[in-house]
Amino acid sequence: MAIPAVASASETAEVAAAGRRISRAGGGRWVLRKLFGAALTLAFVLVFNFVLFRLMPGDPAKAFLRGRAANPERLIQLRQQLGLGEPLPVQFWRYAMATVSGNLGDSWSMGNRPVTELIAERLWPTVLLSGTSVVLAALIGMWLGARAGWRHGRAFDKLTSGAAIGLYSLPEWWFGLLLLLLFGSTTGLALFPSGGMTDPRGGLNPAVDALYHLVLPCATLTLVYIAEYSLVMRSSVLDERYADYLTTARAKGLRDDQVLSRHALPNALLPTLTLFFMSLGYVVSGAITVETVFSWPGLGYLSYEALSGPDIPLLQGLFLVFSASVILLNLVADLIYPFIDPRVRLA
Amino acid sequence: MTATALTPRALARQRRRRALAAFWNAFRRDREGVIGLVLLLVCVAVAVMAPLFVDADELSVTRASGPPLVGPSGAYPLGTDDDGRSVLTMVVWGSRTSLLVGLTATAISMVIGTVVGVAAGHFRGRPGGLLDRVTDFFLVVPFLPLAIVLATVLRDRWPDLPKVLAVIVVIGITSWPVTARLVRAQALAVEGRPYLERAKALGAGNWHQITRHVLPNVMPVVFANTTLSVSIAILAETTLSFLGLGDPLNPSWGTLLDGAYSAGAVSRGAWWWAVFPGLAVAVTVLGFNLCGRAVERVLDPRLRGRV
Repeated sequence: MAIPAVASASETAEVAAAGRRISRAGGGRWVLRKLFGAALTLAFVLVFNFVLFRLMPGDPAKAFLRGRAANPERLIQLRQQLGLGEPLPVQFWRYAMATVSGNLGDSWSMGNRPVTELIAERLWPTVLLSGTSVVLAALIGMWLGARAGWRHGRAFDKLTSGAAIGLYSLPEWWFGLLLLLLFGSTTGLALFPSGGMTDPRGGLNPAVDALYHLVLPCATLTLVYIAEYSLVMRSSVLDERYADYLTTARAKGLRDDQVLSRHALPNALLPTLTLFFMSLGYVVSGAITVETVFSWPGLGYLSYEALSGPDIPLLQGLFLVFSASVILLNLVADLIYPFIDPRVRLA
Repeated sequence: MTATALTPRALARQRRRRALAAFWNAFRRDREGVIGLVLLLVCVAVAVMAPLFVDADELSVTRASGPPLVGPSGAYPLGTDDDGRSVLTMVVWGSRTSLLVGLTATAISMVIGTVVGVAAGHFRGRPGGLLDRVTDFFLVVPFLPLAIVLATVLRDRWPDLPKVLAVIVVIGITSWPVTARLVRAQALAVEGRPYLERAKALGAGNWHQITRHVLPNVMPVVFANTTLSVSIAILAETTLSFLGLGDPLNPSWGTLLDGAYSAGAVSRGAWWWAVFPGLAVAVTVLGFNLCGRAVERVLDPRLRGRV
């Protein structure tokens, strides 16, 4: 979706401004400020989560039973278990402490297993799928965008930019459905499995089998992300195209491709790198719909399964994990950016 | 005041009309933008005139007349679903909900975004800082998980609320921060201008400053952002409906796709059922995207010559 691209532009400006602050305030204080900001946002997520699910009208104990008949004693017992009789600040404190110690409660579906356990189990498939896609998309997208921007207005540029805007206008999971229709095992060319992560009947080596199942969902996500990377890369190459230092490089007698690769690219890469680091945070939540289409057993598919109950504790836990991963990875991106772009440090 | 001299209000109106004409002239020359506009007009025309050439009764499962799951043919140009309903009828009818949700959700998000952005830009210090924090929070929290959580809570706690309204509210309150950021930056730029200082020196209150000076300068940014926001809202509606959070009583392209996917259209080879509603989404969103990019180029001369 378009939101990360929009955010990245303002983010770059902000990072640059932050860098100027470093030199004035000293690196240590700047780092502390960033840490404090991230902690505050995390605390906000925690409060938000608590308020949303506990303070809404209705009786959580009844919601817990979801229409099953229960005698009044059982209800009272449940309310006590859930700590509903306590004053709200006490309830919140309990909730915050439990969360910090890694206890996210028990799921309502999935055999009442602890939420933390379920999430830990499904985390790696998601990281594998989204991580591979983001890295592939960044490499291909930067290459396409750089070529399109450098040869601005030519056929290659028109083709890639048009395709990127077209891809941008699709729901990514619908694109996944199309790939499934074209290449899936039950219809179309039957080149790839249509869902899941492993197939015990296939008799393949487990690692190879997982890679084989990874192809379609990964292709879907990669193509969608490429659109974003190539558009950002193209516009930053366009920004550098008439810079004075490029005229100097040309005057020195460098060939056109040398001017691009040695002089223009290193500078144009920076906004795309920002986008890359920012999108790492969204890796965990980015594949909800695509995982659903391909029944890829990650956190996204887990969210979809949790919706059918709805399994409130599981949804709550997933929301917390999704938000926390964005906040933490944004923090990491913020902290390493001055090392990548010396202009930010020295400006 | 003589009758021939223009009142300040008439002057302002004249200036606005001229600016609009200049805008249209520039927009007309942008080929991408014109293509987008044509796509949009077609979609809106289909949605508005749907009752004229499609009978809503055909949407009911019990009144469906066609054979189940047949591919595109003369009688059913886009095929039928597993209840024998015409996919064409459902796509045409679905455009109404999809566009309605996209436009109203954008309206909500624009109002919240503008109010928060202007307030954050105008009232510096504590109140502005707090608004900045709230905006940051909504900006950083990933959209889809937040929307899922909000939609679930709304459905769970207010079961009587029409589900389509819940979807609109959820998209509206999750998508305003981008607008708020843009508006705040623009409002801050206006804050430094001498005419605002002059107004303050003459004793203008906050209300006067905001409505007379800040808002008129901020609105172009808001309008440029609106077209792009609608496309994001339509995609969001489609995605939420696909996850089963849509309104089955008001079928949209998203609920249509959800139905197709849940009924196994893919594994049963009924490609038309999953492809055509998605194409409708793609064409509409592309229309809004092309239009929005063109509006941005017209309003921001720095972006010209980039197509």
